[in-house]
Amino acid sequence: MNATVRLYINDVPVDVSAESSVAAAVLQVVPHCRRSLGGQPRAPLCGMGVCFECRVKIDGEAHVRACMTPVRQGMRVRTDV
Amino acid sequence: MSEHYDVLVVGAGPAGLAAARAAASHGRRVALIDAAPRAGGQVWRHDVRRAAPRAAHRAFAGLDGSIERLYGHSVIAALPQALLVESDHGARRLAYAALVLATGARELLLPFPGWTLPGVSGAGGLQALAKQGAPVAGKRVVVAGSGPLLLAVAATLRAHGAHVLGIHEQASRASIASFASGLWRWPARAVQALALRTRLAGIPYHTGTFVRTASGDPTLQAVEIVTRGGTRRVACDLLAVGYGLVPNTELAELLGCALQVGVTHPGVLTDTLGQTSVPGVFAAGELCGIGGLAPARVEGAIAGHAAADAAAAASALQPRRDRARRFAAHLSRHFALDPRIRALATPDTLMCRCEDVPLGALDSFHDARAAKLATRCGMGACQGRICGSALAELGRFPRGPARPPLFPARLDSLMLAAGEAPFTFHQRGSSP
Repeated sequence: MNATVRLYINDVPVDVSAESSVAAAVLQVVPHCRRSLGGQPRAPLCGMGVCFECRVKIDGEAHVRACMTPVRQGMRVRTDV
Repeated sequence: MSEHYDVLVVGAGPAGLAAARAAASHGRRVALIDAAPRAGGQVWRHDVRRAAPRAAHRAFAGLDGSIERLYGHSVIAALPQALLVESDHGARRLAYAALVLATGARELLLPFPGWTLPGVSGAGGLQALAKQGAPVAGKRVVVAGSGPLLLAVAATLRAHGAHVLGIHEQASRASIASFASGLWRWPARAVQALALRTRLAGIPYHTGTFVRTASGDPTLQAVEIVTRGGTRRVACDLLAVGYGLVPNTELAELLGCALQVGVTHPGVLTDTLGQTSVPGVFAAGELCGIGGLAPARVEGAIAGHAAADAAAAASALQPRRDRARRFAAHLSRHFALDPRIRALATPDTLMCRCEDVPLGALDSFHDARAAKLATRCGMGACQGRICGSALAELGRFPRGPARPPLFPARLDSLMLAAGEAPFTFHQRGSSP
């Protein structure tokens, strides 16, 4: 295993490989990323930046695709937004 | 901010890497753009646990130091002889003399009851997520859908510690047998297939079967699988399901490149040198029709040479290209979709996942634009990339035309574009 970083998913600390995506880190803690218009939980579908089901809030910025974003030390991620 | 390149390559997968390298070999000033944070595209996507395949490693190492690598940059819009791109650091205008499009493909994801449940993802989707470090170890996974990608997906998942319960290929046993028996014409492929089979030893491969429903609360707990002998329920934690690939033609469409006609998921038309219908715009790889790694690499090189005005070097690669494309044709003949799969979604199955629009709400519409205006189907963040391709496959209506911005963009990026007179939000003469 390569170097790890610590980030926070809904305030829960999680240590993951420094090469992980935010989507991969989120799935260590919760099984979904966003809520649909109708309130359903949605998880990453395409894994490659096309479907936008993995949108989360990262360090205050909303609607960021978690599968396209590498993790960074100290990042704060919120799901269900 | 604006830069100028002799050759601008969009997409850093196998085709784009080959194009950038070929163009740079003629001394051209080259930039290589990709929306992902690293090169590799999908087939050579970085794996947090495993080293890159040798061919990928060589392709990365072969990038000339002079090639500017703009990873983490998404193309937002096409400007005259330039692209508007956006990254974490803001927007830039990249001008070019020649453009090579190597935007690859995405998965064909088809709706069925339960497909929006957490735990259900694309087949290539789950493979990509596992490579990104998503936890699959110890999870019970069903791999389903169609095409040789399913084997590669199962191999990756197993390498990451998943318990792959089975691979469910919708194509019939006769089709798969005929596909395999034709492989002798491409010995390298036959060897690859055998190697995969060995790595997958112990994982059952079921032909003529498909997933009908997924259920669970709040996440996936079981799938129903249709087999020749009836329906079977399989308890699982994850479902990886995809029905092949469709070309990512949005940017090519925006530039005005002609697409294939008479096919459900058209690719970009090119001549033998990769030149599209728009002068100075070249295309290579999956974008021109699904064919996998081999055509992508050789077409990328052809387009890169041609974009650098080295027609002789490009022409010399023709025989290799033709051979690789024949394999692609062999592939598509044998994985044709079982019509029952197009009928899996029920009226209350969500079709547009962005806007929560059920299939039943679309019954009275015959074109994408009318459906979008009345129901918001295709109006969400993915801009119809998922539902549009699915609706086309279901025979409802073809995808609507691509429009800028190609991806949801920041206002300041659009302001930069607004300074360019010919940029318009209704480029193709349609109203909003």
